[in-house]
Amino acid sequence: MTIKFDNVYLNEVSTSAGLDEKEGLLGKLYDKTYDNYYNSCKTFEQAEIKIIKDNIKILLSKSKKKIEDISVILGADLLNQITASSYASASLNRPFLGVYSACASLCEELMIASSLLQNNNINSCLCMVSSHNATAERQFRNPTEYGCPKPKRATFTVTGSASAILSKEKGKIKITSATIGTTTDMGITDVYDMGTVMAPSAARTINDHLKDTNQTISDYDLILTGDLGIYGKETLKKFMKEVYNTKLDYNYEDSACIIYDIKKQKKVNAGGSGPACLALVTYTDVLNKMKKGQLKKVLLVATGALMSPTMNNQKLSIPSISHAVSLEVEL
Amino acid sequence: MNNERYKKLVKKIIPKEDRLKNGIIAFLTGGFIGIIGQIIITILTLFFNLKFKDASAIMIVILIFFASLFTASGFFDTLVCKAKAGLIVPITGFAHAMTSSMLEYKKEGLITGIGANAFKLTGSVILYGVVAAYFFGAIRYVFFGG
Repeated sequence: MTIKFDNVYLNEVSTSAGLDEKEGLLGKLYDKTYDNYYNSCKTFEQAEIKIIKDNIKILLSKSKKKIEDISVILGADLLNQITASSYASASLNRPFLGVYSACASLCEELMIASSLLQNNNINSCLCMVSSHNATAERQFRNPTEYGCPKPKRATFTVTGSASAILSKEKGKIKITSATIGTTTDMGITDVYDMGTVMAPSAARTINDHLKDTNQTISDYDLILTGDLGIYGKETLKKFMKEVYNTKLDYNYEDSACIIYDIKKQKKVNAGGSGPACLALVTYTDVLNKMKKGQLKKVLLVATGALMSPTMNNQKLSIPSISHAVSLEVEL
Repeated sequence: MNNERYKKLVKKIIPKEDRLKNGIIAFLTGGFIGIIGQIIITILTLFFNLKFKDASAIMIVILIFFASLFTASGFFDTLVCKAKAGLIVPITGFAHAMTSSMLEYKKEGLITGIGANAFKLTGSVILYGVVAAYFFGAIRYVFFGG
């Protein structure tokens, strides 16, 4: 299912990141970075809420807007009850929609916001996503201090928050269409191997998008998947070739592979993960290149593993979902 | 593509863990913990006039204390990542698992936090340890006369 949008623009973005991301390949491009996981808060969850709040302040000052100018706020993170976004929204005093589809939340937010903007009485939407390594670790795996050895195929949750303002005001980056993904389940139960879980859903969404919009892979300057990691990226390429007979090549990249310096930062194993991963890469590197004219048309494919530790203990396999959003430079 | 076919495709891509290397590291570090334990027992029996049985109990307490202290100091998890099973399998791993759970839930209060979650990772070790002790104790009593 692909939706087309008229006059929806990505006007302004802001990015905040943690210490590991600062040491990563895009470390210098973030608006704000933090030096520890606590950010002078008492707990990791409160630290994540603070990152979101700080990030929105930066976004508002960059865009010279007041919070009252925003019609609707959309928020997403990885925690139960989408805690971080919900609690951060309490201080913003604006209409709020909480979104959850794990790491695919970024594209889900962008497509909901773009759809809302088709209404006359909604002028601008603020989309925020966040993730925090320590809170995600505690939510989905072991206590943070336990830090058990991880296999090479595991990914490392990105600490950070990224926000964007979408409106009908003309800007340089246009959101042209979005494809709603279909949940897929290939029977994978390995909690450390999210790339393998998510690759088939990414392939399906890319294929659906191309078919619905009557395009081919080469129509895009860049196809950027969310957080498949170095092995998930290879899996997706092979899967695409075998199932859909489509070759992902020079114009395909995975944000998990470029957010960290994988060779130096050994602890990230196969790369980054979390909703903030794709957001941080897109809102810094990709948008910069689009503004410079190096990239004209980009397809974002946010990939999410809809993992629940409870269901995993009940021995059920992990479903996954991917949503796609197409960005174009307005001529 | 069916699930089986997909699993085969993925198997070629996902790298195998270096089991031999990890095993050697665990053997050396685990053995090192063993040596420390033995040294403590020797010191206790020679200089403090303790029986071997009492000395080994005190040795375990000492190892648990230091493992917990290092976990609370925040660097034991880095050591565990490097030493792998060498630190997880000995009693140090048990202490580390318990202390890290308690640290994690400290901010949620003494009862609902620490109390409810202290045995999150180690609860099964204690439960099945006790069950096994009863079971084998009973066998020993019935067949070997206690």
